[in-house]
Amino acid sequence: MAIDIYKINPEFRDIMPQEIIDLEEKATWAQNQDKPRGIKELPQSKELLEEHSLCAGCPEAAALRYVLSALPKPEETIIVNSTGCTSLMFPHIALHTVHSLFGNQNAVATGIKRVLDWRFPDTEKDVVVLAGDGATVDIGLDYTLQSFFRQENITTICFDNEVYANTGGQESGATPKGQVFKMAPTGKKFDKVPMWKLATTSGCHYSINMTASAPKAVAKAVREAILVAREIGPTFLNIYTPCILEIGLSANEGLGEMKEQDKDRFESYKYISPEAEEFLAKCKEEGRL
Amino acid sequence: MSKITDMTDTHNWSGQRLVTADELLFEAPREKHFMTGSEVLKEAVKRCTVDASVSYPITPQSEAAHLIGELWAEGYVGTYFRGENEFGVMSEVAGCAMAGARTITTTSGPGTLRAMENFAQWSGTRIPCQLILMARGINSPLTIQPDNLEVSYMLETGCQIWYAENVQELFDMSIAAFVVAEKPDVHVPIITVVDGFFVSHTREAVMLPADDIALFPYEPYKSPLPPIDSETPPGRFLRDPFVMKSNYISYATHASWQFEIRSAVERSRPYAEHFLDGLVHTTGSEDAEIAFVTCGTASHQAKEAERELMKLGIKSKVIKLRTIRPFPEEELITALEGVKHIFVPEFNVVGWLEKEVKKALYKKTEADIVGGPRVAGGMSMPAEAIIKEVMEKINPGKGA
Repeated sequence: MAIDIYKINPEFRDIMPQEIIDLEEKATWAQNQDKPRGIKELPQSKELLEEHSLCAGCPEAAALRYVLSALPKPEETIIVNSTGCTSLMFPHIALHTVHSLFGNQNAVATGIKRVLDWRFPDTEKDVVVLAGDGATVDIGLDYTLQSFFRQENITTICFDNEVYANTGGQESGATPKGQVFKMAPTGKKFDKVPMWKLATTSGCHYSINMTASAPKAVAKAVREAILVAREIGPTFLNIYTPCILEIGLSANEGLGEMKEQDKDRFESYKYISPEAEEFLAKCKEEGRL
Repeated sequence: MSKITDMTDTHNWSGQRLVTADELLFEAPREKHFMTGSEVLKEAVKRCTVDASVSYPITPQSEAAHLIGELWAEGYVGTYFRGENEFGVMSEVAGCAMAGARTITTTSGPGTLRAMENFAQWSGTRIPCQLILMARGINSPLTIQPDNLEVSYMLETGCQIWYAENVQELFDMSIAAFVVAEKPDVHVPIITVVDGFFVSHTREAVMLPADDIALFPYEPYKSPLPPIDSETPPGRFLRDPFVMKSNYISYATHASWQFEIRSAVERSRPYAEHFLDGLVHTTGSEDAEIAFVTCGTASHQAKEAERELMKLGIKSKVIKLRTIRPFPEEELITALEGVKHIFVPEFNVVGWLEKEVKKALYKKTEADIVGGPRVAGGMSMPAEAIIKEVMEKINPGKGA
């Protein structure tokens, strides 16, 4: 049995699709597992409904499952999202999620985290922002960076597909220079915003640029970033989850695209501040990683 | 800094004795003080067991946001910080309130419009936070003088809107506002408006209860939606993602939700009647054929005009609206019985209150409704201007 964070109303249980019942019974909660939860449990567990609303083969759906499997304490985790393809998935998971406005996710997360720390001083409650590049790097850049400057104890994950995908494929700040998209009919005029570097110089204690091609690597980064955010300060993950629709790939080509980019625009970048490094070493010693 | 764990059954984290709203507002002995509106707001927040407040530097219009910061430093407010700008701050307020905090902030003028998207979002998520709106001009050319045009933009956000005339009303209203906004059958945000400068910067006599008592804390688990704190299962689970993906669900959702928000505002009436002692206050001659329908400091100026008119042998009365949302339509119609000329003096050029009054009174009165006088930021509204408007109407061609 899962814990009480996600409960189907007993009156409606007999008409619920099996996968919703599975979401209640087979999610990998930290408190009801004999062994530490993690990416290895994905084949047997249910993190996200199969009938989610993203395109077939969308790398974001896989990436979200990796993220959810890696949360250190899902029953004490709030995910704040923003308008976009990512937000369409959140009704299909079993966690507390907040969708507010477009681009204000780090500001809303700030308020939530500050109040949870005030109301529950003796409980570790994690606040994780998960939004696309339009919300993180473009419209919401101010609020993202300001939360880093203020040293908010939140983890920000950007599912970078290099385009405003959900609104029909417009250029974003994360689009590579020269790419032709709607609103960039002759190609984008400036370079892709190196958000992972901005995060480093803006006060994040852990900043990564990666693709979602390797599930274990994503899960490790998520776990480390959340633990660092809980104890030290803001952390940031930039994860390439290409929009196969907008760049003209088939449903089975997303993984290949990510692997290609592992050595190009998304060549591995990882920054860990000295105090975060020390903290993570301690976590490893204690078996928290 | 204070700790929420210092709270007991009888005292809040700063050691103040917890009392009911009735005791705080009506029963506790009061003493006279001489304060500005901003200082009075600090005194109100001090007595409200406030969990969270967020501030920003540009357009709070007054020093009220600074003073709330001082309260936090003194241990009266749970958490307080400076946000990046108005849109960010109203988003942070949303986060604080969603997580179960009694939350307050203050804004004015252009900052209100910069944050505009948030106010409809606040009511849509049914958070009971309070915004103190110290109205100032919003138009170019830049002005820091008062105007209340931004209230017009707030009218359809789904929030409750109350309007205070002076520092005493600001104190009492801002306490009552939390209580009404947090009622489980209401539970929508509340905007308490005062005219900036005239109230925020003016020192007036005000009666305050002692500061060793404070409101009972906010109880987030009485909210119609569960707070975002991972202590209870998610309140809603959408089988379909968002309403825009299905016309039927979109219709069903908005048909129920948007009307429900507005119904919640209407359900605030009996509570507001109790705590505000009625939604309208009437002064002047009961049998007058001339009435001024006003809110805020325009009420003060209209009262002065009423006294001057009386010296000329002309009876009039001032009907001050204390709530704009809900709009006190029935109370206004009752107060206007026997009136032949209605004047709506306003501190803005568009005449939003005149429109509200005309909408409420359409086919319900035979009285003339005059939208004026109007001043447009940057000046007070002299009683002479109001008297001139009246005399030109009732004594055409001869003026005042």
